[in-house]
Amino acid sequence: MVRDITLGQYVPEKSLIHRMDARVKILLLLMVLVFIFACRNFVSLTAISLFSIIIILMTKISFIKYLKSLKAIFVIIIFTGIINLFSGSGDSLWQWQFLKITWGGINNAIFITVRISVMMMVSSVLTYTTSPTDLTDGLERIMSPLKLIHVKVHEIAMIMTIALRFIPVLLEETDKVMNAQKARGSDMENGNVFRRVRALVPVLIPMLVSSFRRAGDLAMAMECRCYNGGKGRTRMKVMHLSLTDLIAVIVSFLIFGAVIYLNAVYPAVI
Amino acid sequence: MSVIRAENIGFTYGNGTSLEKTALDDVSFEINEGELVGIIGHTGSGKSTLVQLLNGLLRPMVGKIYLNGRNIWEKPKKIREIRFKVGMVFQYPEYQLFEETVYKDIAFGPNNMGLDKEEIDRRVHSAAEFTGIAENLLECSPFELSGGEKRRAAIAGVIAMDPDVLILDEPTAGLDPLGRDTLLCRIENYHKIRNNTVLLVSHSMEDIARIADRILVMSHGKKLMFDTTKNVFSKGRELEKSGLRVPQITKIMQILKNEGFDVDPTVLTVDQGLNEILSALRHTSEKIL
Repeated sequence: MVRDITLGQYVPEKSLIHRMDARVKILLLLMVLVFIFACRNFVSLTAISLFSIIIILMTKISFIKYLKSLKAIFVIIIFTGIINLFSGSGDSLWQWQFLKITWGGINNAIFITVRISVMMMVSSVLTYTTSPTDLTDGLERIMSPLKLIHVKVHEIAMIMTIALRFIPVLLEETDKVMNAQKARGSDMENGNVFRRVRALVPVLIPMLVSSFRRAGDLAMAMECRCYNGGKGRTRMKVMHLSLTDLIAVIVSFLIFGAVIYLNAVYPAVI
Repeated sequence: MSVIRAENIGFTYGNGTSLEKTALDDVSFEINEGELVGIIGHTGSGKSTLVQLLNGLLRPMVGKIYLNGRNIWEKPKKIREIRFKVGMVFQYPEYQLFEETVYKDIAFGPNNMGLDKEEIDRRVHSAAEFTGIAENLLECSPFELSGGEKRRAAIAGVIAMDPDVLILDEPTAGLDPLGRDTLLCRIENYHKIRNNTVLLVSHSMEDIARIADRILVMSHGKKLMFDTTKNVFSKGRELEKSGLRVPQITKIMQILKNEGFDVDPTVLTVDQGLNEILSALRHTSEKIL
């Protein structure tokens, strides 16, 4: 049923990575992604992959969960792998009409597959180890310079937080409305696509109505507590940069340096 | 003859996960045709799960449910027909209204049953009459109605399916005293005229005491009692242990009895209580004189 959908990917654990500041995690993740793409040969790719795997192990979340995150992009990985396999240049090892496999193609296929997989898994570190509220808070702080060009950063962050907060509530309500309509004989499990979409109307309209009602109530409740936007607003949990964050930044930059060095020393294969 | 028979039914939420929670455990009972049964129990006692099992929205993990002598899950594909026969009104049913007009919303159930136009029209009007929806409201948008009217319109939508068994889950929650009285009268009236079986889930002991023939008491997913209203409310101690209580008037009469007044301690409504107290007072004053 609807309530079985897992929401947010946050896995509470007690690890160094969990304790890191959300802002640092977001920025370092972006840089790791850039450097994964900057790798020109297998040596540097191995270096950054090992670094990523060490981070993954440090989160104390089972490695299988990370592998499962690959399931979502499995088709993309296979697809790009195959395209690359057949698009290398050089002596052909095997040929059938216009399809040919070369050493270059095999190299590319492995390289791309590893690159995308590591990228996906290391991105999961951020969502697995940071609670959704910390994540939006972190984003708000990182984007705060945009206020200078009149981007409503606080409002955007607040919208994201509220949206995340109300997903479980709305799901539960959807479940209730679906049951109520099923009790009146609405048939959502059988029939062709067209009929099923039509069967959703009795669910969507009540949900739309209740969302508006809820939004109105929430706005009223927030105003009653004197909410008037981000101006002059302080926080209960102020983000601190800790020693852990400093060490993380230093280690990451060492690894990034190593990638640049290894790229320069060994010949590029891609 | 029993219209609903439950045999050792059990249900667990989140089966096989870390969030596993047993909602019902080995519950058996029989409900006779034409009875008005109240279902009471503390929050989380399994009442709502039980009623959803009875109309086939949930499937029991163990045990069987019979409707008119037939296992409702005999043909899982035909479960919709069971849902037409066991009409279910959920808590706060006004949130299920969706059509352009009240008429169309009440007609949603009968429409799904595949009835012809005239029959649907007849049912909508009769359901509106039972629930006290005035004719001129039928062409309004359901979102224009007042809270109490919305509630009654939603209940009409279930009654219009003309179910053998009508289940109401907390139908009076959140209504003002007048709306509450009106609705209870309507339900009682519906029950008397159609002579259908009605199951009423409620937290209000007063409501239940007023209209139920028998009461099913649930506690921690188990059947605690299933007896006539008088018998159930004479066991005040046991009810209090599972987070329930007897109606206030019954409690007062029980205290008066303990204090030595000659009153019936199983009185269920305020009117009866008043009569009992007056006649007891008359007796005492006669003795003094």
